[in-house]
Amino acid sequence: MFDFTYHRPATLANASTQLANAEHKPLAGGMSLIPSLKFRLNRHAALVDLGAIAELRGIRREGDTLVVGATTPHAEVAGSTLVRQALPALSVLAEGIGDPLVRNRGTIGGSIAHADPAADYPSAVLGLNATVVTQQRSIAAEDFFKGVFETALQPGEIITAVRFPCGPLTQRAGYAKYRQPASRFALVGVFVVQTAAGVRVAVTGAAPSVFRFTAAEAALNKRFDPSALEGVTLDANGLNSDIHASAVYRAHAVVEMAKRAVAAALGQGGSN
Amino acid sequence: MPTVSMTVNGKAVSGTVEGRTLLVQFLREHLGLTGTHVGCDTSQCGCCTIHLNGKGVKSCAVLALSCEGANIVTIEGLATADKLHPMQEAFREHHGLQCGFCTPGMIMSAVEMVRAKGHDLDEKTIRKQLEGNICRCTGYHNIVRAVQAGAAAMKGA
Ligand SMILES: Cc1cc2nc3c(=O)[nH]c(=O)nc-3n(C[C@H](O)[C@H](O)[C@H](O)COP(=O)(O)OP(=O)(O)OC[C@H]3O[C@@H](n4cnc5c(N)ncnc54)[C@H](O)[C@@H]3O)c2cc1C
Ligand code: FES
Ligand code: FES
Repeated sequence: MFDFTYHRPATLANASTQLANAEHKPLAGGMSLIPSLKFRLNRHAALVDLGAIAELRGIRREGDTLVVGATTPHAEVAGSTLVRQALPALSVLAEGIGDPLVRNRGTIGGSIAHADPAADYPSAVLGLNATVVTQQRSIAAEDFFKGVFETALQPGEIITAVRFPCGPLTQRAGYAKYRQPASRFALVGVFVVQTAAGVRVAVTGAAPSVFRFTAAEAALNKRFDPSALEGVTLDANGLNSDIHASAVYRAHAVVEMAKRAVAAALGQGGSN
Repeated sequence: MPTVSMTVNGKAVSGTVEGRTLLVQFLREHLGLTGTHVGCDTSQCGCCTIHLNGKGVKSCAVLALSCEGANIVTIEGLATADKLHPMQEAFREHHGLQCGFCTPGMIMSAVEMVRAKGHDLDEKTIRKQLEGNICRCTGYHNIVRAVQAGAAAMKGA
């Protein structure tokens, strides 16, 4: 690791000032950033640790919105009664990230800012049509994820919270993940949501970035049941292909995980 | 260079570190607490597991400076002068180790597991909770037995 200056501001305002310098980088749980710094792939003059900023952490419900602070660790989302009541599928997702040690440290803000194509949270953010809030603006999920490790965030922009619609707005939701057994990241992961405005199906792990599986949405809009996905296919063109799974394999796995996610949303079958 | 202060195994400690100094380096190289191992240095193996404010974390992926004011417990902090911690005793009793390299991390994870999931642990729970700790020797079987016994023994301790 190249050396850097370390800052630990106590307020968002101070963090914003310190991050106005393009050579400075936010640090959250460090579960992705520190390993990548060890490879010396990047070099930053300073790291600005967000861990002491109280206003960035915690979970609250505001009417039909569940607000998760950016530095809330995965374990806290997984264990939260508020989350379990408002969006049980989100707590299932958080409980399946990495391992307990990673969940104690890694944060939702870090996960979506990093935008690993195989990360779990992006599927919930897009599936639930959440809003990513920064100190400057609100970004709709559809506009947030741009590609491999690429988001709409501008240099110096800090995610403060993610706002998930819940309550009557999201009638039912389910997540199913086919884990890459060594890394535990998603070989493919599918988040399915039934809302008053229709079904949304978001897929992670399969392509350079999270995307909506519109053919599955159309089928599930007719009938919200796993069997509605019989015969639905996903084009393997443009999907990820690596030593763990070919694009064709992933395309098939997405449909199967979508069925399991629907079953989970209906309260059938176990977790993954 | 900046200084950092924290409590390690009940004692107040401080040292001068670089921005990039990892918590595990601080523990091993500055404090001489070499019970915390570095197996992979890539956040995969869990050999470097310690408790940071009561939570198990991989100390190879935490900066020392992020732990200003924190309460840290390492494997050296579990036993008393003349008595092993019940979880350590259970690993000995149930042959939960071979080379022993992964053992400090396994035990730190196991102790946190009891705090999070209670004393009555089934095999499935133990295996799921140990997903962050890799052992290249034992095949995990005796580790799972040791954790189960150690968790039960901690009830009385
Ligand atoms: C062994 C292992 C297994 C894992 N398994 C999984 C898995 O199964 N599924 C999964 O989804 N993830 C997995 N992860 C990744 C994990 O979830 C990370 O916690 C997450 O990707 C990054 O979050 P972090 O808080 O650690 O961020 P950091 O590593 O601190 O930061 C990551 C990036 O986000 C930026 N950033 C952080 N916070 C903010 C913010 N508030 N605003 C703007 N930018 C910010 C940083 O500058 C950096 O570029 C795994 C990691 C490990 C080490
Ligand atoms: S040395 Fe830290 S996880 Fe392997
Ligand atoms: S006992 Fe050798 S690695 Fe676990």
